[in-house]
Amino acid sequence: MKSHVYRPLWVTLGLIAIILIARFFYVPKDFGIGERGYMYGWHRKGDVEFWKNFKVKYRGSAYCKDCHSENYAKLMQSPHAIIPCEDCHSPAIDHPENPPKLQIQKGRELCLRCHYPLPYPTSGRANIPSIDPDKHNPGIECVSCHNPHNPLEGLK
Amino acid sequence: MNRRDFLKNTARVIGGITLPLTAFKIINPRELLASTGDTEKVRWVFLVDTYKCVGCGMCVRACKLENEIPYDAKVTRTWVERYVITKDGKTHADSPMGARDGFTTSKIDLGIDGYEEIKNQDIDKGFFVPKLCNQCANPPCVQVCPVGATFQVPDGVVLVDRTWCIGCGYCIMACPYGVRFFHPVYHTAEKCTFCYHRITKGMKTACVDACPFGARQIGNLKDPNDPVTKVIMTERVGILKEEYGTKPQVYYLGLDREVK
Repeated sequence: MKSHVYRPLWVTLGLIAIILIARFFYVPKDFGIGERGYMYGWHRKGDVEFWKNFKVKYRGSAYCKDCHSENYAKLMQSPHAIIPCEDCHSPAIDHPENPPKLQIQKGRELCLRCHYPLPYPTSGRANIPSIDPDKHNPGIECVSCHNPHNPLEGLK
Repeated sequence: MNRRDFLKNTARVIGGITLPLTAFKIINPRELLASTGDTEKVRWVFLVDTYKCVGCGMCVRACKLENEIPYDAKVTRTWVERYVITKDGKTHADSPMGARDGFTTSKIDLGIDGYEEIKNQDIDKGFFVPKLCNQCANPPCVQVCPVGATFQVPDGVVLVDRTWCIGCGYCIMACPYGVRFFHPVYHTAEKCTFCYHRITKGMKTACVDACPFGARQIGNLKDPNDPVTKVIMTERVGILKEEYGTKPQVYYLGLDREVK
C-alpha cells in the first residue's frame, strides 16, 4: 500500500504517544485506587494529608481557662456554663499571638439566638427563659445590665 | 392429617418463616461493619438529637469560621432547619442564612415572598433539625466524579481534592441531601468533612464543640463502647432519605415525617 494511506495512522499513533507521555508527567505519582476500591477510592492520596493538616481555629474552653481563670470559674458556676467561651468570644486560633485580641460579639442578636421567645412544644427551645426584644429595653445592649458570665448575679 | 393438609400446612410454615425476614428488612448499622470485611478501626458517624436543638445556630457560625467558608456568602457546610407544623396540617420550614445567626424571629422566612407570621396558639409542633454531610456508605457524589477528585477515606469521610476538581458540578447534582456547593473562593466542589483535621487529632468537630446543648455528637461506629454507637444500636434513630439506598451515616433522634 502507498505511504499516504499510512500517514494518518502515524499521526494518530504519534498523538496517542504524546498524550500518554503528557499523562505520565501530569498525573501525580500517588494517584490511584485506594482502599475503598475504584468506585469510591479513585483519588490522589496526598489530598488526605491536606485535609488532616487544615488549621484548627476553635481551641475549646480548656485552652482559655488557665489565663482567664477568673471568668472561667465564674462562668462554670452559672447556667451559662454549657456555652463554650469561643461561641461568644470568637475562635481563639493562636491567641494571644494571633489574633492578639478576640472579636467579642456583644449585640442583642447574640443573646436572642437562645432568648428570643419561640415556645415550640417539641423542642428544647421552649424551656429557655426569654424576653420580647421589642418591649424589653429596645436598643440597649444586654450586657449593659446583665453579666453574661453569671446572668443570675443580678443587674449591674 | 391427610396429604392435602400436610402440604398446605408446610407451605404456610415456610411462607411464615421467610416472609417476615424479607418484608421487615431495614438498614442495620451493624451490617455496615460486618459486610465490608475491612480491618479499619474507625468509622465516623454523627448523631443529632433534635429534641435538644434550640436553633441558636452557633454550630453554623463555628463551621463557617473553622473551615474558612466566606462568612457572608449564602453557602454553608452545615445548616439548621426550622419546622413549624400548624393545626391546619401545614408544614412551614425555613433556614435563613443557614441559621448562621440563629432564629431571632417567630416569622417564617419565605425567601422572595417575604415572611409568614404564625400565631403561637396555631402551632402543633415546632422543632429544629441540624443538617450536614451524611458521609454515606454508598456516596453517589463520589460515583459520579469524572476525574477522581472526590473520594471516600476508609474511615468513611468523603473529601474533595481542591487541586484535582474541575468544577463540573456533577457531585453537587448527585447528592440527594444538597450538602455540596461551589466554594466561592476556590471554585471547586465543597462539602462537610466532619472537620477531618480535628477528628484525626482526637478532637471533636467544630459544630459539636460549639453546641451548648449537646444536640450534635460525633462517634466511631466500630467502637462498641462509644456513647454514640451505644445510642445508635439501642435507641430509635432515623436517617434521611433511606429510600435512595445511600446508607447515610448521620443518625437522628426525634426525626419527624415532615423532615426530608
